[in-house]
Amino acid sequence: MSKQTAATSQNNQINIRRVTEADLGHVVELDERVTGICKPDYWNDIFERYAKRRVHERFFLVAEGAGELSELPLLGYIVGEVRIWEFGSEPCGWVFAFSVEPGTRQQGIGERLFEAISKEFKQAGIATMRTMVPRQNQLHMAFFRSEGMVAGPYIQLEKSLDE
Amino acid sequence: MKLQVSSRLAIFALIELATEPERQISVSDIGKKYDVSSHHLAKVMHTLGRAGLVRSIRGVGGGYSFSGNAKRTTLLDVIELFEETGASDCTPENAESATSAEWALCQVLFEIDDIARATLGSITLSTMLKQMARRTVVEKT
Repeated sequence: MSKQTAATSQNNQINIRRVTEADLGHVVELDERVTGICKPDYWNDIFERYAKRRVHERFFLVAEGAGELSELPLLGYIVGEVRIWEFGSEPCGWVFAFSVEPGTRQQGIGERLFEAISKEFKQAGIATMRTMVPRQNQLHMAFFRSEGMVAGPYIQLEKSLDE
Repeated sequence: MKLQVSSRLAIFALIELATEPERQISVSDIGKKYDVSSHHLAKVMHTLGRAGLVRSIRGVGGGYSFSGNAKRTTLLDVIELFEETGASDCTPENAESATSAEWALCQVLFEIDDIARATLGSITLSTMLKQMARRTVVEKT
């Protein structure tokens, strides 16, 4: 099988859909596997706000597998929303959570999630998508770059309050 | 930020070769395209060869072909073969003896260097090729 055919075949085995309550436990587990922190309260709150309210401008999407990839309950997730006039910004699509099951990377799952949420934002009338990545997180930074994201017009600033 | 000529040439040569990994291109062909001497470019290609990013093919029709991983090789990986990144000459060792003004300036330069390294370290050759393809699409429309 050629590389391209293999990639297409894998893409056909990935289904992107809105999150359901049954996915929530798997989201918490995947997040814990990747970040090392278990935060069920945070995800319950995100689910309440992003899967149930204002869903025309809030998108909590998950990737599930078929065929060879169906053994895993969840392959990844992406969460974002339309934010308006924050920091003086025109309406913009913010992606604030994104993860792919570590053992299934390089199979187009992240790309499918990214494309799906881009489409949702576009359908909501949004022309720009934005996210924030820790400088040391080269994996996510390289991924978003490969999807065409570039440095935006804002710089994030912070201050330690212990000084 | 300015890159040294060797770093720029290395990036251009790698992009040229990675566009068609099966193709072999001579140093003189790459040199003509970017208007640089084959002598200078040969030195650059030698360094890239030692890093495993290009393969030299001898004989008629020989030249260089891409042998790296375009999805894994970042601009920072290439640049660091030719120059030190970070313009700042501040180090944690000499920061202790620095005056407050020197220390404050160091913090600013560290911040700039850190952002530059994060940017260069996150852009792969594959991303550069995609970015070039996007420009082609925009020009056609």
